[in-house]
Amino acid sequence: MQDEKELVTEQNKEIMDHSGTDAGQASGDRRKFLMRVGWGSLAGFLAINSAAFLRFFYPRVLFEPPSQFKVGFPADYPLGTVSSQYQREYRTWIIRLQDGAFFAMETKCTHLGCTPSWMESQKKFKCPCHGSGYYITGLNFEGPAPRPMDRYKISLAEDGQLQVDKTIKFPGIPGKESNEVYPQSLLKV
Amino acid sequence: MKRLPEITDKVKRNLIWKSIFRRDYRNNVRDRAQAIFGNVFLHLHPVQVRESAVKLRFTWGMGGITFFAFITLVITGVVLMFYYHPTIDQAYTDIKDLEFQVPFGVILRNLHRWGAHFMVIVVMIHMFRVFMTGSYKAPRQFNWGIGVFLLVLTFLLSFTGYLTPWDQLGFWAITVGTNMGAATPLLGYQGPFSEYLHITPYNDVRFALLGGAQVGGNALLRSYIWHCVAIPLISIILMFVHFWRVRKDGGISKPQK
Repeated sequence: MQDEKELVTEQNKEIMDHSGTDAGQASGDRRKFLMRVGWGSLAGFLAINSAAFLRFFYPRVLFEPPSQFKVGFPADYPLGTVSSQYQREYRTWIIRLQDGAFFAMETKCTHLGCTPSWMESQKKFKCPCHGSGYYITGLNFEGPAPRPMDRYKISLAEDGQLQVDKTIKFPGIPGKESNEVYPQSLLKV
Repeated sequence: MKRLPEITDKVKRNLIWKSIFRRDYRNNVRDRAQAIFGNVFLHLHPVQVRESAVKLRFTWGMGGITFFAFITLVITGVVLMFYYHPTIDQAYTDIKDLEFQVPFGVILRNLHRWGAHFMVIVVMIHMFRVFMTGSYKAPRQFNWGIGVFLLVLTFLLSFTGYLTPWDQLGFWAITVGTNMGAATPLLGYQGPFSEYLHITPYNDVRFALLGGAQVGGNALLRSYIWHCVAIPLISIILMFVHFWRVRKDGGISKPQK
């Protein structure tokens, strides 16, 4: 210990004696370098911490209905019908057209996001909020809705059931019939 | 009553009294200033204020009233928390419980609700006054900036508190509000250019705000935490800076002669 202390003072003396010479220069460089390392590690630590903090707000497990779900077998659905069976939990209609093709549609009016109802007697979707009306294909024809309703991907699962994937969306294009714009949204069984 | 001076004298010579107040107080300029300097809460406040600057017709007292509203909201808010569970099964019924069964619950809830509306209105009038009297000009630009942040935080407090009763009003307000977040350029799944970053409803800003892809239990809890803990803390820190800078920038601005 004693020796070490002496060594340090010796060094300091030398630096003071030769300030401006090579020894002083080296010490200044070393100090600068250590300062940079110190502040740099602090900055890095804070940056990584902030990134972790941001990531923290994105949960891995969700306690909400899955975005991919099965909706039974094709034979369960008669031709030309709208099934509201999955409306409440999944906000999705399963629709089968007269020609047997399936598609899945989000139960959301494109005006302000209310939930329209399927009116079986009039063969149309009617929004209770501002009166927007849509044909069975989701094409808007009355009221303030600016575009057809959005569709989801529907496919056949390996076990023969219909499967909806809400992560793949076919947004309605104003004035266009989604059957024609998105033939891939239709599932022919 | 004759013995009153004797008693006060005895109290003031007491060790406890002396340890709290440290020095004797005589009603002169020096001691009045010392009372402000020596108090941890009051030292944020200017020691002296020009008489013309505190004329009600000049300041309207709106900044102080905003702070008063904030204090009221903190107190009533903390008390309300004793009866409120931030879960989708209980939140709505807890509010009903507070309104109809909890002793003095209805007055607490309404003080909190109306106080919130009041604070939003008053803080905007405060900003209007500061603008109209030119009090944002040098050397007060920085404090105007702090004030803008405080205004936004007040709106956010109001917005996050709106969901806590878990009623139709709050639910749809948060639905619409977070959908606006979904339209953020690059970071929201409905916003422009977001497709280049592979943003979906499951990794955008709306997802982080709601803690999920739907307005559900996570959204209620997050809204509650932001409302009761996080935003008030940030606001309090900024308020300290705001008041401190009023003093450091030369006190409340005064009317031009």
